[in-house]
Amino acid sequence: MTSTLKEARRWPGSEWLKDRPALLEQVYGWAERALRFVYPALKRFGPQGAERLLIGTEEVGKGYLFNCQMCGQCILHSTGMTCPMTCPKNLRNGPCGGVRPDGHCEVIPERMCVWVQAWERSQSMPVYGAEIHLIQPPVNRSLQGTSAWINLLEGVDQQTPPGWTLPTAK
Amino acid sequence: MITFSERPLRANSRLERVLRSGRFAVTAELNAPDSANPEDVYRNALVLAEVCDGINATDGSGANCHMSSLGCCALLVRAGYEPVLQVSCRDRNRIAIQGDLLGAAALGVKNVLCLTGDDVSAGDQPQAKRVFDLDSIQLLQTTRTMRDQGVFLSGRKLSTPPKLFLGAAENPFVPPYDFRPLRLAKKIAAGADFIQTQYCFDLPRLRTFMARVRDLGLDGRVFILVGVGPLRSEKAAEFMRSKVPGVWIPDALVERLTKTPAKQKAEEGKRICIEIIEEVRTIPGVHGVHIMAYRQEETVAEIVERAGLLPRQATLDLPRLDMKQWRPVVA
Repeated sequence: MTSTLKEARRWPGSEWLKDRPALLEQVYGWAERALRFVYPALKRFGPQGAERLLIGTEEVGKGYLFNCQMCGQCILHSTGMTCPMTCPKNLRNGPCGGVRPDGHCEVIPERMCVWVQAWERSQSMPVYGAEIHLIQPPVNRSLQGTSAWINLLEGVDQQTPPGWTLPTAK
Repeated sequence: MITFSERPLRANSRLERVLRSGRFAVTAELNAPDSANPEDVYRNALVLAEVCDGINATDGSGANCHMSSLGCCALLVRAGYEPVLQVSCRDRNRIAIQGDLLGAAALGVKNVLCLTGDDVSAGDQPQAKRVFDLDSIQLLQTTRTMRDQGVFLSGRKLSTPPKLFLGAAENPFVPPYDFRPLRLAKKIAAGADFIQTQYCFDLPRLRTFMARVRDLGLDGRVFILVGVGPLRSEKAAEFMRSKVPGVWIPDALVERLTKTPAKQKAEEGKRICIEIIEEVRTIPGVHGVHIMAYRQEETVAEIVERAGLLPRQATLDLPRLDMKQWRPVVA
C-alpha cells in the first residue's frame, strides 16, 4: 500500500482521523483563530524564528497527517480535509475522468482517489463543506516549500494572477 | 433562462453554428498518426469529414506520443475541415499552453477542448515528467480570459484575442457519481460552451446524470455531446476497460459480444453503438454525439448513416477537395 516515502511517513491512525472531517474542520477553525491572535507577537519577537517554527510544525504535523506536499497555499478545508496536492495530477478542482470503477486512483491503483475521499468527507463538514464547489485558481508554484500558515496570515496565498481575477463577460 | 441562440457567438465555427441551430451534432475523434506525413492525417480525416460537424485531433491520447493536436489541426484547417484542438495539461505548462492557443487561433482553429489529460503512466513513456501545471478548469478559465478579456493570465494585453469555442470533457460513468454533475457546473462557470463526454456504454448511468444536470438547470447552459464508439470484440472491450483510463463497460455488454459468433462480433459492436446513439438522442439535454472509433475510423460513416444522422448540415458547405494536393479547390 505504501509506494513512496511520502506515503510511508504517515502516522498510524491518520486515516482514522481524516475520516472525522467534522472534527478536523473545527480544529482548523480554532488553529486559524489562535494563529491570527499570536502571529503578530511572534513576528515582532523574531520573524525568522516564527517562520522556522511554523514551517517545521507544518512539515511534521500536516506532513504526517495529510501527507502534505508543502505547496504553501493550503486549501485542505475547501477539499474535504484531504490534500489535493497528493493527487498525482495535483488537481484542485475535482476528480479527473480516470477514476476507476471501484473509486481508486488511475495512477496508483492501490490507493483511493483523493477526490472520491474529498467529496465524501466534505459532505459531513457543516462549516467548510460547501467550499468544495469553489473554483480554485492556478497554483502559485513559487510558494512551494513555504509556510502555508504564514502565507494565509499575510494574504499571500489569496493573490491570483492578474488576468485571473478580471470580471468575466456575460 | 437565456436560450442558446441568444448567447453571443464565441467563434462562429461550423460546430458552434450547428449546435446553436438546435440540430443534433456529430463530432468524431481523429487518431493522430505516428508519422510526419500529412497524407496520413488526411487519410484518416477524409472518412470523417463528410459525416461529422467537427473532428477532434487528440493530444497524445492515453499518454502515447503521436503527431501533435496543433499539427493535425493546422493540416485539417488547410483542407477546409473543422478541427477541434485538444489541449491536455499533462505535457505543457501555462506559458506553453497560452502560446499554443494563440498559434491555433492564428492558424484558423476555432474549437478547443480543454482536458486534464491521461497520466503519463498510461502511455508508452511512463518515465516522462508529468506537468499538470493547470487543471482542466483552470485551463478553461484561462482560455476564456484570453478570449473575452483579451489578456494573458498575467494580465498582459493581447492585440488580437483568440476567438475560440470552448469545450470540456466530463465522465459521468466513474465515481464520485454524485459529484460529477456539480463538477460539470464548475466547468460551465469556468467557461465551457460545449461538453464531450467519455465513452457511454451505460445508459441508465447517463440518464441519472442527465436528470441531475437538468435539475441543476445546466442543460440550458452548455451543449452536451455524448461519447460513443464501436467495440470490435469482447477482447477489445476488456482491453479498453482495463487499460484505457476512465472507460466503464458493463459486464452485460461484454457478455453480449462474447456470445456473438466470431465473424459477426464487429457488426454486433457497431449495432450496439447505433443502439446507444438512438437511445442517447431521446434524452433531453443531449445535443449530439462524439464518436470515438480508435483505429477504425472507416466505421464512423456507416454508424452515422445507419443511426439516421445524415445528411450533416455542416458538411454541406465543405469545400471540394483536390485529392492530389489536399487543398480546397479554388473555384
